[in-house]
Amino acid sequence: MARVVVDVMPKQEILDPQGQAVAGALPRLGFEGVTSVRQGKHFELEVDDDVDDETLERIAETLLANPVTEDWTVRRVTVESADGSVAGAV
Amino acid sequence: MRVGVITFPGTLDDVDAARAVTTAGAEAVPLWHGDADLRGVDAVIVPGGFSYGDYLRCGAIARFAPVMGEVVTAARGGMPVLGICNGFQILCEAGLLPGALVRNSGLHFVCRDQWLRVENTTSAWTTRYDRGAEILVPLKSGEGRYVADEATLDRLEGEGRVAFRYVGENRNGALRDIAGITDERGRVLGLMPHPEHAIDALTGPSDDGLGMFLSLLDTVVTA
Repeated sequence: MARVVVDVMPKQEILDPQGQAVAGALPRLGFEGVTSVRQGKHFELEVDDDVDDETLERIAETLLANPVTEDWTVRRVTVESADGSVAGAV
Repeated sequence: MRVGVITFPGTLDDVDAARAVTTAGAEAVPLWHGDADLRGVDAVIVPGGFSYGDYLRCGAIARFAPVMGEVVTAARGGMPVLGICNGFQILCEAGLLPGALVRNSGLHFVCRDQWLRVENTTSAWTTRYDRGAEILVPLKSGEGRYVADEATLDRLEGEGRVAFRYVGENRNGALRDIAGITDERGRVLGLMPHPEHAIDALTGPSDDGLGMFLSLLDTVVTA
C-alpha cells in the first residue's frame, strides 16, 4: 500500500470567495499580517502498489478536480507504520 | 411526447419539473439515476437540488451516474436536454456544456425572484420567447456563479449561445451576467434559475418559465 496525496486548489484567476472570507475573519480575531488566503481541498488516498502514476493523474483529472476551475498536484508520500518501519516512496 | 425527468439522491425539483412538463402538454417520465435507461423519451430534464449532497463539487458525482452516460450519448446525438440549477452544474461537469459553476461571489445563498433577459430564441428550449424579452423566475443557489475562460466566453457570445442573462443586480457574480447557455447545436440548455417554479401565477412569481417547456414541444413535434 502507498499513500498518495492530491491537493486541489482554485486556479489563480478564479475568484476564491471562501479564502477571502477566511482572510477577512483573521484581523477580526486579532491575527494581523495575513495578506491573502486561498482555500482548496486535500485528499489522502491509500492505493495498492500496482496503481501507476498515470492512473493517479487520471483519478485527479476526472474526479477529484475540475480542470476548468482548479489546479492539482499528485504526490506519493512516505508512510510510517505502527511498528516504526517506513513504507512507500517519496 | 415523452420527457424524462431524472431523480438522483438529493434531487429536489423533479416533481416541479414533471409538473411543468405535464402543464405544457407532454408526458413526464421518471428516470432513475441508477438505471442506464432513458425509457424511450424524446427529451430529458436534469432538475435542481443537491445530488449526492453536493459532495466533492456540485454535480461531480452525479455526472458519473449510470443514467448520465445515456444522457451524454443521447445529447451528442441531438436529443434536447435541459439542466436546471444543479442540473446545469451536472451538464457542465459532464462536458455537455462548457465552463463551470462556482461559489457565489458574495458567499451568500441567493434565493429570490430574478429577472432574466432572453438572448437566444432559436434553441430547442427558447423558441417561444421574443428576443430581448424579460422574464421573472426564481433563482435559488449557493454555487451559481458561471465561469469560463475568456476565449470560451467570447465564443459563447459570438455564437449566440448565451441564452439568458441576469437583469439588474447580478447577485452571484456570474461572468458577463450569464444565467444560462446552450451547446453548439442549441439542443442542450443549462441555466441556474428555475423555469419549472414559474409556470403559473398561483405557485410562482409568473408563468414566464412555461415558455421553455412549450418551446420543447414545438421542437419535438416539428422535428
